[in-house]
Amino acid sequence: MSEALMEARDVRLHYPVGRGLFAKPGIVRAVDGVSFTLRVGRTLAVVGESGCGKSTLGRLATLLEEPTDGDLLVDGRATVGVDAATRRKLRLSVQMVFQNPYGSLNPRKTVGAILEEPLAINRRGDKRARQDAARAMMAKVGLRQDQYGRYPHMFSGGQRQRIAIARALMLNPRVVVADEPVSALDVSIQAQVLNLMMDLRDEFHLAYLFISHDLSVVRHIAHDVMVMYLGRPVEQAPKESLFANPRHPYTRVLLAATPSVDPAHRTTAIAVKGELPSPLAPPPGCVFASRCPYVQDRCTAERPELRAVQGHQVACHFAETV
Amino acid sequence: MALLEIRNLAVEFATARGRFRAVEGIDIDVDESEVLCIVGESGSGKSVAMLAVMGLIAFPGRVTADVMRFGGTDLLGLSPRQRRHVVGKDIAMVFQEPMTSLNPCYPVGWQIGEALRVHRAVPRRKVRARVVQLLEQVGIPSPATRLRAFPHQLSGGMNQRVMIAMAIACNPRVLIADEPTTALDVTIQKQILDLLVALQREHRMALVLITHDMGVVAETAHRVQVMYAGQTVETQATDSLFAAPRHPYTAALLDALPERARGRARLPTIPGVVPGIDDRPSGCLFQPRCAFATPHCVAVRPALAEVPGGRSRCHYWLDDAGHPTGHDRAVAA
Repeated sequence: MSEALMEARDVRLHYPVGRGLFAKPGIVRAVDGVSFTLRVGRTLAVVGESGCGKSTLGRLATLLEEPTDGDLLVDGRATVGVDAATRRKLRLSVQMVFQNPYGSLNPRKTVGAILEEPLAINRRGDKRARQDAARAMMAKVGLRQDQYGRYPHMFSGGQRQRIAIARALMLNPRVVVADEPVSALDVSIQAQVLNLMMDLRDEFHLAYLFISHDLSVVRHIAHDVMVMYLGRPVEQAPKESLFANPRHPYTRVLLAATPSVDPAHRTTAIAVKGELPSPLAPPPGCVFASRCPYVQDRCTAERPELRAVQGHQVACHFAETV
Repeated sequence: MALLEIRNLAVEFATARGRFRAVEGIDIDVDESEVLCIVGESGSGKSVAMLAVMGLIAFPGRVTADVMRFGGTDLLGLSPRQRRHVVGKDIAMVFQEPMTSLNPCYPVGWQIGEALRVHRAVPRRKVRARVVQLLEQVGIPSPATRLRAFPHQLSGGMNQRVMIAMAIACNPRVLIADEPTTALDVTIQKQILDLLVALQREHRMALVLITHDMGVVAETAHRVQVMYAGQTVETQATDSLFAAPRHPYTAALLDALPERARGRARLPTIPGVVPGIDDRPSGCLFQPRCAFATPHCVAVRPALAEVPGGRSRCHYWLDDAGHPTGHDRAVAA
């Protein structure tokens, strides 16, 4: 096994929220007990619907938030409970690519300035060296040298996402957290950006934490998949196994609901009712019980913990039988 | 005769740099109880074309068409006042992004009732009962209390259902849905699509679904119309389109789907981007990005021609094996 670039052990992030002057503050368990390991050249995809905590997990991984419980290690070094200066240093090795390239680039800066900024902030090299580094990175992500002085509005969505990826790589990070990096792009452009991300992963020996709701994209780029629901991981498995043999009912529902261009897919639909319950008042038993097509009495009474079933980590009482 | 029949629809916008044709002469035919999907990337003109059908293109936009008929009525000949009797009642539309399309200042029940009151679809004292019934129909739990909810109190999926309830309030014969599920999660998307198809079956309604999601197309459409840079480049029945696309753009678009590239390390891509307002190429609009382009493609703009299974706008439409017909590189490809 190659070295672990990032390791999360039972990470939790709970936010207290005020519910008015006299009411007791509630607790939102945005991320509740997540463990994973990221290795060189591997991609872990985090999938789930809005409100499942996948973006919050991204904020934890980029060290923007400190977990309320659990351990997060970057390159084998602890990040929880260390002083701010150490955290700041560790933060350099985890960079982020955001969803919307129209909102994540400063419209008043040229591409060159955008790429050099991370170096300038961290006082790396002199002006000349920074410029060379920016130009070299532009070539790596498929931007032309004459575009160095252009502004973001002069680029298409796909090119902007290339700029955002280049910026994330300027500090030679070990881990890149990509939060829905291709969902704002058209299909033909999406393929270009996905190819680029896979090339860069191999060239720079990166590990990706790839946050997405699109299972067909995940199926293409990921090695391992974690399915989240209401802040909790419900299933974790290698990609092939997860898609071929999903063990958790929610994973099945998700797979069935994803529209497919394969005409044979139409017949296998499993219907699911309702929406995500409120994270302020999660149900006492299994969080998915209210929408689960296979629900039984035990599910509403007792919360299932993650356990190993046929090589998967699954949080379901009936993972063997459903 | 088709329920909705449109010939040579064009939409132009006057810009500082001259006129820009967002839609260039497209034909649309939709029959009763048919599901037509219009697919295309952003900037292909699919939404603008449908807004034109609804009569919602305002100055500086200009809409022209040879024929725009709905159930035998010529829509172009109607006065704006007469047209408003048709639009919203017999032809209704579900817009993208329910959060911005709904009025934040009024409860959703009032907004749905507005359609009923304006078109006098039911007597005034029965409006409330009909709204409750509509909310029930689109699957909103406890509809009688949700009437008084404001859009910000409902989730995206719920608001999209409200939009649908509003559109079907007067039992339209054509429902146009513009990316109705783009902002929603897959499980909610599935519920909304199932709902639209159920309504379409129940009322023998024609459904025009605008989308960029090929998966949605494959699972819901009867017939597909592919748009590129303001033109229709291909139209076929759904199954044959996915089995044998006749236009290189459709073929490339399908190949670029991660789902179809299973097992391959790299995705096939389409080089370049959709031409914008200033850089419409000469000849075929897809020619700069096409793998099969020849000097003939640069010189002559192809017409939408009859091909096996449907119509394709290509000099060298693709055969069943995906090879361009009558092309000297056909064998090499």
